[in-house]
Amino acid sequence: MAELIELDAAETAARIAAGEVSAVEVAQAHLDRIAESDGDIRAFLHVDTSGALAAANAVDERRRSGEPLGPLAGVPLAMKDVVVTRGLPTTSGSKILQGWVPPYDATITRRVREAGIVMLGKTNMDEFAMGSSTENSAYQVTRNPWDLSRVPGGSSGGSSAAVAAFQAPLSIGTDTGGSIRQPAAVTGIVGHKPTYGAVSRYGLIAFSSSLDQAGPFARTVTDTALLHQVLAGHDPLDSTSIPSPGPDVVAAVKEGAGSDLSGVRVGIVRELTGLGGGYQQGVLDSFRDAVAILESLGAEVVEVSCPHFDYALAAYYLIAPSECSSNLARFDSVRYGLRAGDDGSRSLEEVMSLTRERGFGPEVKRRIMIGTYALSSGYYDAYYGQAQKVRTLIADDFRRAFTQADVLVSPTSPFVAFGVGERVADPMAMYVNDLCTLPASLAGTPAISVPCGLSDETGPALPVGLQIMAPAMADDRCFRVAASFEAAYVARNGQILAGRSRSGSAGSGTAGNGTDGANR
Amino acid sequence: MAHLARLARLAVTEDELDLFAGQLDVILGSVARIGDVAAADIRPTSHAVPLENVSRPDEVRPSLPREDVLAGAPAVEDDRFRVPQILGEEE
Repeated sequence: MAELIELDAAETAARIAAGEVSAVEVAQAHLDRIAESDGDIRAFLHVDTSGALAAANAVDERRRSGEPLGPLAGVPLAMKDVVVTRGLPTTSGSKILQGWVPPYDATITRRVREAGIVMLGKTNMDEFAMGSSTENSAYQVTRNPWDLSRVPGGSSGGSSAAVAAFQAPLSIGTDTGGSIRQPAAVTGIVGHKPTYGAVSRYGLIAFSSSLDQAGPFARTVTDTALLHQVLAGHDPLDSTSIPSPGPDVVAAVKEGAGSDLSGVRVGIVRELTGLGGGYQQGVLDSFRDAVAILESLGAEVVEVSCPHFDYALAAYYLIAPSECSSNLARFDSVRYGLRAGDDGSRSLEEVMSLTRERGFGPEVKRRIMIGTYALSSGYYDAYYGQAQKVRTLIADDFRRAFTQADVLVSPTSPFVAFGVGERVADPMAMYVNDLCTLPASLAGTPAISVPCGLSDETGPALPVGLQIMAPAMADDRCFRVAASFEAAYVARNGQILAGRSRSGSAGSGTAGNGTDGANR
Repeated sequence: MAHLARLARLAVTEDELDLFAGQLDVILGSVARIGDVAAADIRPTSHAVPLENVSRPDEVRPSLPREDVLAGAPAVEDDRFRVPQILGEEE
């Protein structure tokens, strides 16, 4: 069944709808792939074999009875463990929620189920989505399918690795400061962070409420758009949900794939081109090649300046810890999760402190303490208040830039996938992973990462991502340009980049090592 | 540091306090440049598409079943969450 796992989601759904293959066969092929590869990859925290087969069977029955099926019915999906799923364990990568089985579905879980998408299980992540390598998970370290000694990015590293390793054609991540885009970039797949408010946050275990957005991963731009279309839309259960229908991103992909970029103005953000150092040369080379491809497609390339982007890292690492210190106060040892030290002699407050000490990992504790400090009386205005104002200046920079350009581009991450353990001891070395993705997070604007090439600067050939940013509510522009770019990439290279981790043509023989070959 | 940990309800160990103190210094040092931006007259931002007075129809919807909610609790007694003592003996 190797060929079933290599199909993209759109093709898989078409074959199921045509009765050429059953949804159960498709689900089983992916479950087999997980069983065979996840000992190495460790993308999943929980695999729901019986639930997946039951959901697939329901799709097959609907088809047999002649019911119309949606464009992704029967397609398997891996769900990040930060999204609550009724009846399926949900931990957010934390020991404090070990064994918790939610009594309700997140809105996006409900939408996925209603679309007939088959949930295979829950994927590993940095604890409460705090991190850029998935090494902050309390459970396991997920490996990059391109090179098992490296990280798959984070915080949605289980979801990116699952798609890159052909364990699922689709997955869902969440992006607070880059946690969809950076893992997509370093595993050679597509990932989209929607406009803040485009996708409901109801049922996402909150990290930083004014930044968190869920979004799709897939190996192709079309599949990413199809999943975005399932997820997006107004939800009365989320008061920050935008009460108007979003753009038709599937139509935008069709337009982009079938046309060049004549008349499209592409802005290169000077502040995100590594002028101050800190970017790998291989990433910058790949980015330059990507811009040349956009130009060859007829795009008008201009340079824009967004001076306040230089403050994005500082603003983010005040806002996110502040909001997390408040959100994570709900883990109080009373209503769900762990309780430690409750021996009858200790007060609620002591039990709470002992539980949180035992249940949270070091990065979570660090951020809670920074946030507690930044929000404390006397510091609030200088830190959180000031950071929220800097967000306005960053959004103003975007607004000005979008008068000169229709979309903005940059590398998605300054580096390719780094080695497991390489950056864990130094929080700041981990935080700079987010340099390119933070501005769109802070402004709430949409941004997609699409694979744009390989860099062998640090050893084996590893994927590099191109970030395409658009104004709020204009997610369709991200998809249109990404689709044009992907079509040009395939015309030059014969296949999408994600295909190369499996075909072993990624240059050095170590690419795809250990995830590949065994069943071929 | 110990005061912050207390405010955050984290019973951190001495070793952790030492480790975090160094790291928090570095992190706070690098975010302090936020103060260099002249932003006195700037309004704060928290949403790409500002929304105001968000409300939804006041309709009765079923609550989650009590047993489903209590099933996830660390301790339950008499169909309720069981909570450790709230007041110490000296209070």
